[in-house]
Amino acid sequence: MKHTLSVLVENNPGVLSRISGLFSRRGFNIDSLAVGVTEDKNVSRMTIVVDGDNYTIEQLTKQLNKLIDVIKVTDISKDSVIRELALIKVNASLSTRNEILQIVYIFRAKVIDISKSTMTIEITGNSQKITALEELLQPFGIKEMVRTGAIGLERGQKVIKYTINDEEE
Amino acid sequence: MKLTGAQVLIQCLKEQGVDTIFGFPGGAVLPIYDALLDSDLTHILTSHEQGATHGADGYARATGRVGVVFATSGPGATNTVTGIATAYMDSVPMVVFTGQVSLDLLGKDSFQEVDITGITMPITKHNFIVKDAQALPDIIRKAFDIARSGRPGPVLVDIPKDIQTAVIDYRPRVIDTSNGNKGAHGEFGKQAERLENGLKAAVEVIRASERPVVFTGGGVIIANAHRELTEFAQKLKAPVVTSLMGLGAFPADHPQYLGLVGMHGSRYANYTVSNCDLIVAVGVRFSDRVIGDVSKFAPSAKIIHIDIDPAELGKNIETHIPLNGDVKVILSRLVDMIEEKRLDDWNKRVEEWKRQYPLKYTDDGSLKPQFILSKLYQMARDNYIITTEVGQHQIWAAQYFNYSQPRTFISSGGLGTMGYGLGAAIGAQVGCPHKRVINIAGDGSFRMNANELATVARYKLPIIEIIMNNSALGMVRQWQHLFFNKRFSNTTLGGDVDFVKLAQAYNIKGMRLDDKAKVEEVLKEALDYDGPVLIECIIDRDEKVFPIVPPGAPIADIIDE
Repeated sequence: MKHTLSVLVENNPGVLSRISGLFSRRGFNIDSLAVGVTEDKNVSRMTIVVDGDNYTIEQLTKQLNKLIDVIKVTDISKDSVIRELALIKVNASLSTRNEILQIVYIFRAKVIDISKSTMTIEITGNSQKITALEELLQPFGIKEMVRTGAIGLERGQKVIKYTINDEEE
Repeated sequence: MKLTGAQVLIQCLKEQGVDTIFGFPGGAVLPIYDALLDSDLTHILTSHEQGATHGADGYARATGRVGVVFATSGPGATNTVTGIATAYMDSVPMVVFTGQVSLDLLGKDSFQEVDITGITMPITKHNFIVKDAQALPDIIRKAFDIARSGRPGPVLVDIPKDIQTAVIDYRPRVIDTSNGNKGAHGEFGKQAERLENGLKAAVEVIRASERPVVFTGGGVIIANAHRELTEFAQKLKAPVVTSLMGLGAFPADHPQYLGLVGMHGSRYANYTVSNCDLIVAVGVRFSDRVIGDVSKFAPSAKIIHIDIDPAELGKNIETHIPLNGDVKVILSRLVDMIEEKRLDDWNKRVEEWKRQYPLKYTDDGSLKPQFILSKLYQMARDNYIITTEVGQHQIWAAQYFNYSQPRTFISSGGLGTMGYGLGAAIGAQVGCPHKRVINIAGDGSFRMNANELATVARYKLPIIEIIMNNSALGMVRQWQHLFFNKRFSNTTLGGDVDFVKLAQAYNIKGMRLDDKAKVEEVLKEALDYDGPVLIECIIDRDEKVFPIVPPGAPIADIIDE
């Protein structure tokens, strides 16, 4: 089963390689990993999507917690908003442009670049939504596509805090 | 006060109460070695950086203090890798300081540059490269804190040469160097509640158990919890089995003691575990060398697992009651909480196995390693520390020498590093000058790092090096014999080296033992001699370690001849 982990880490050089090294060394598979700064410049937040059973996720969480640079690991698979971003460059001639625009409209995506023979579309959403758009655009011919990893936050007032003493939730 | 980075390093070591360093100088640590001259720190110069790391490791295991290593950049740093990995696998507190090329040369494939923090990332608890001189003191303090807190482990600090010469403002700090149970977050809210509930559940399971076993490991020794463990086991009246790392945590002469369990466990120890209904596992990690086939390991047992590292709980085996925290604290809580048990029927069964299947070897009048070790134990008894290399001699040393005190058996359990023992013996002897250190070696392991005899000679360390010379790589040869149809590929060494002459070349007293009748005489001469001794014991090439459980087999499937 897929799990989404939110990992707060100290923004030290090498932290990404410590985490990716842990995954490869212990044989955990990363589906996607996205990392960026948070409201605190000393802290980065990684969103890691992994596929694994309960044993794997428990081990992974415990092993991540042992890394000195890791501040907190939270499984946000349940009750959270998860988004990915994709940019898709698709063949678009005069005759197909309108049809593509309609699809873009339905998906509430955006056209961010256009040329005589192509359109570049920006879409955000969960993984399934992006895959669905990709499938619909496939017949026109996708020339290039780039996709970010998933990022997510828990719904409602819940906030992941940093200090060890703080209780979860 | 204004000091150079190198001087700050020396000051910070003194803050930590360090008095001994193991190391080897080089270009990128010249400023550090220069500052060392003005200090009262003892520096043990080894032949090779691997020897220095094993030295610091042996020092740490024998004394319970943090071992410290200095090495230069590049090859100096890479030579520490095996020693660091050895310490990491066995949770040994150690801080390794490596020199690095100056910041302006970093990343340019400069002379003797290597990315040692990258290389050691998976084998250190944490590592640092210092890029801001002002941060140096706090990084050093943090390195020591990480190395010794929670589940201990090695930490590496890489210091570029210009950081060593930079002048910074240093303010001394008073450090609490007690081990404590820092890093165990057991005290807080939910986790504390979880532990309380776990303890209650454990007491209930212990009360209901009719056939319990206590399984002890290195964590008991690290936590200095041997007294609590003994109290606990005595109140429970249960038999006690141990991992290789746990030797010395429970007195071997105690009637409840069954010794090693697992691959080289006795029949009675393995039968006891296979038939028990409860395992109380303390400071162990259920290594594959212990559990064999996990699906058939103690099939009717519930498992209470006590460890400071939450990641060990449920990692290798399913645990019914995980108790996360300092084993010393948890054991003393349990001692207070449990009722004294009576397990006469169970102990009678265990006694019966013990009587029926004793540890044994064939005594045909020839010189046997088991006999030498039994004799050595009778003659040496207390006030000795045994270190070992890795192989057959290591297991014989675990089986035939009795350990009644913690920190008296020092061996590479997790990584199985051949060549570990002599360096570790040097460290243990430096750390415990009032004890006598005996390194048990095989000829194969000895050849790996025999260069450290120069260190033994240089510091006139009264180490006794006992080489069980079977002219073979015995353990691998034994596996070839048992599991590879006696096809002996590259495991026969032959008498290529005269070890007695080699010892003499280092001005070390060398003796050869090849007669059973002379064992006592030779050992006595060595034990009475006030200085380093090497004894080469000529033993049979086909002598084997028994019992042995084939790798991955159930631990009751024992081969013992």
